[in-house]
Amino acid sequence: MGKEYETVIGLEVHVELATKTKIFCGCPTAFGGAPNTHTCPVCTGMPGSLPVLNRRVVEYAVAVGLATNCTITRNCKFDRKNYFYPDNPQNYQISQLYLPICRDGGVEIEVCGGTKTIGIHEIHMEEDAGKLIHDEWGDYSLVDYNRSGVPLIEIVSEPDMRSAEEVVAYLEKLRMVIQYLGASDCKLNEGSMRADVNLSVRETGTGELGTRTEMKNLNSFKAIARAIEHEKNRQIDLLEAGEQVVQETRRWDDVKEYSYAMRSKEDAQDYRYFPEPDLVPLCISEEWIAEIRSRQPELRTEKMARYRQEYGLPEYDTKIITSSKHLADLFEAATALCGKPKKVSNWLMGETMRLLKEQGMEPEEIRFSPENLAKLISLTEEGSINGTVAKEVFEKIFHEDIDPDGYVKEHGLKTVNDEGKLRAAIAQAIKENPKSVEDYHNGKEKAIGFLVGQTMKLMKGKANPGMVNQILRELL
Amino acid sequence: MSMKEIRKLTALQLAEKIKKKEVGVEEAAKATLEQIHQVETEVHSYVTLDEAGALRQAAEIQEKINSGELDSPLAGVPVAVKDNLCTKGMLTTCSSKILGNFVPTYTAEAVLNLQKAGAVVLGKTNMDEFAMGSTTETSAFGVTRNPWNRNHVPGGSSGGSCAAVAAQECFYALGSDTGGSIRQPSAFCGVTGLKPTYGTVSRYGLVAYGSSLDQIGPVAKDVADCAAVLEAISSYDKKDSTSLNRADINFTSALNGDVKGMKIGIPRDYLGEGLNQEVRESVLGAAKTLESLGAIVEEFDLSLVEYAIPAYYVIACAEASSNLARFDGVKYGYRSKEYEGLHQMYKKSRSEGFGPEVKRRVMLGSFVLSSGYYDAYYLKALRTKALIKQAFDQAFETYDVILGPTAPTTAPEIGKSLSDPLKMYLGDIYTVAVNLAGLPAMSLPCGMDKKGLPIGLQLIGDCFQEKKILQAAYAYEQNRR
Repeated sequence: MGKEYETVIGLEVHVELATKTKIFCGCPTAFGGAPNTHTCPVCTGMPGSLPVLNRRVVEYAVAVGLATNCTITRNCKFDRKNYFYPDNPQNYQISQLYLPICRDGGVEIEVCGGTKTIGIHEIHMEEDAGKLIHDEWGDYSLVDYNRSGVPLIEIVSEPDMRSAEEVVAYLEKLRMVIQYLGASDCKLNEGSMRADVNLSVRETGTGELGTRTEMKNLNSFKAIARAIEHEKNRQIDLLEAGEQVVQETRRWDDVKEYSYAMRSKEDAQDYRYFPEPDLVPLCISEEWIAEIRSRQPELRTEKMARYRQEYGLPEYDTKIITSSKHLADLFEAATALCGKPKKVSNWLMGETMRLLKEQGMEPEEIRFSPENLAKLISLTEEGSINGTVAKEVFEKIFHEDIDPDGYVKEHGLKTVNDEGKLRAAIAQAIKENPKSVEDYHNGKEKAIGFLVGQTMKLMKGKANPGMVNQILRELL
Repeated sequence: MSMKEIRKLTALQLAEKIKKKEVGVEEAAKATLEQIHQVETEVHSYVTLDEAGALRQAAEIQEKINSGELDSPLAGVPVAVKDNLCTKGMLTTCSSKILGNFVPTYTAEAVLNLQKAGAVVLGKTNMDEFAMGSTTETSAFGVTRNPWNRNHVPGGSSGGSCAAVAAQECFYALGSDTGGSIRQPSAFCGVTGLKPTYGTVSRYGLVAYGSSLDQIGPVAKDVADCAAVLEAISSYDKKDSTSLNRADINFTSALNGDVKGMKIGIPRDYLGEGLNQEVRESVLGAAKTLESLGAIVEEFDLSLVEYAIPAYYVIACAEASSNLARFDGVKYGYRSKEYEGLHQMYKKSRSEGFGPEVKRRVMLGSFVLSSGYYDAYYLKALRTKALIKQAFDQAFETYDVILGPTAPTTAPEIGKSLSDPLKMYLGDIYTVAVNLAGLPAMSLPCGMDKKGLPIGLQLIGDCFQEKKILQAAYAYEQNRR
């Protein structure tokens, strides 16, 4: 009988903040741009340059702290973390060690039917580094400082997670909160959200923690889940074989589904942290916190409750629609235009989700406008188009954001309500399908469906289905 | 006026003559350049001289003065700038091999302020490498000689700026003071230098040594010039987070010569062991003069004097070890010619680019910040710093100004200091505490020793009390025997 093991996981999550300018200078944070064009003496570490703190960075950090139930450090400070690397132009990073801006918070996640609180140890502000580009053929590397000085917050959790599912739930929760706050777009694949996983295993029931490793280079939720599974098994195998887990930093290779050691504790660097003398201590007043709190947008739980009350949406709908801020915004805008919340919800939960899945897209990547969805709903509501046509038009809206009014007119997709035309088509369908007519008379109710279909085919899908049904029964 | 007569003018006197069209701006620049040509090979105040640029600026400024566009009290006066202040398009080396080829794309705020006031920038002055030293001998580009006796050092680290003023190679200069680097060479060169309250002059563009201690200040021929230059360079600068928005920077208003009833304290510890007898007598003589003018002078005990030097060297070196990390051969400055891989490039560039004193301080600073030693050294030094500030606060409850010597001795001979760095550090005993407490202080000449070398008198004020020390200094200067 093998031993039972428990996995203990804590996360360090870096989030790039959505400020227009960098944390310590006025350079733009915009992604892209020719190398070293979004730079100045400050973010390239020129001698004599000095940092000046961006007020918006503090406001975003406080906003995230408030939304994750943290205590805001009223007098916080910046510290220098010293290490040599060419992507770091000053050879020190301005960060916070001794007095981080937020502490002792937590978020609730849903796990197998219940809820669980994941503690947040601290959130601190810091600057991002530049990017190194290694020339694979030449014997040199190039450095681009456009990203140098882009503001980051690092959210350090308590070791409260026990499985990959909990980790993913926690990350999704963080992402949701931060996206709702507008503090970041939190894209793992683009690096605006980066997670390092600290993991250890211990025999179930033991009190103290096992030796942990830190896993880096995790670029998607799937990679995180795979890396956790792999690392857990690796550590258990070591313990089972009577070996020890080495405290080290490991790099995950998601293609090979394998991790390797980057550096062990022995060669861990001494960062020689000390208070940043070029920045004065930051005093965050009660009034400032109150002001940030008052500007805090509606978060997901509040939105879900409001959708139930204000629009009468079922719980299930509210959950799906608020799963992405972009989707919720789309829902609200389209509902305001057409006044049919449940119809909007149905389109978003049904066809939209289906097409997203088919295209392998995230809700954030939806490009169609709420106006065109609202118009489509109005067309179906007034009976101008039938359901089949509506689905066809919606696909066009989804992909190309076309105007449904124009499209329906242009392609002659309006429902035919002309009784004479319908009678003629139905008569033809009856004539061409004597076997089905016979089946119907022999009590096969199903046959009528086939005949409706045949009529629709003759009418190129534009017939009013209610009328077809009625006339068909009459003629039979 | 002859060139020689022009050179004897103070900065304010020259500006006045320029305003009255008695002297041309270009004429003043040429008079200074002439002197530079005559003495520079001997004195070596400058590491970079921009003759063509100076004459070009002179012509532009003359035009602005003529058109009435420029009317500041220092317009048209030639200035020398310490080489750790960035100057756009002009070499800024910090007298170090590692920045030997560095040309900034921006100008330090203090220099910009001077340029707006119509200063003609002649060039950059020699200094101890990265302002680390007390003799200007640690410069990678050769020693500067004391104009009073060329076998002696000018002091440091702003030795080039002070020697240039003393040798009439400029009318005034900018220096920087982290632990006495303006005051001590001012004392050694017989000129007047002032270190302002921390935050008064923007540090933007000053290549940092000890960020929490560094201040830029004037080096001048007399107290009035010193006040005028300080007024011109002081400004609130959003680019420097430690910059202060002061409403009281009209320093020249303090020059009324009145010290009646002013309470002046002399710390007994500043007169004790290690102080040269001639320096002691001159300083006490100056105190007597002030007393005769109506000031109340008494001795008192300023505590913690012996802790200032260790606290200073721990804090300054800790900050320096981090501030100087950016000089790595990657982005600008010196890169070793031959290396294999990144780490060797770092090591060789820094080993070859930095001189021994800089290396000593970077190593000391790295050590005191390293894990396991941080509390014992760095934190303790920070606590000491706070206590020293308290001791001064207490003293300023009683006294308007603290008086004492600037340095324990007059300028040592060239070549006698670097072999014993600890002894050299002890020479900073009267100056470093001022930086730890962020106070304003100045040095002005108060006599000569038997060898004909100048002696400096130091006046220290409470935070924001530059005017009080200028007031006392001016009164003394007017009545100096």
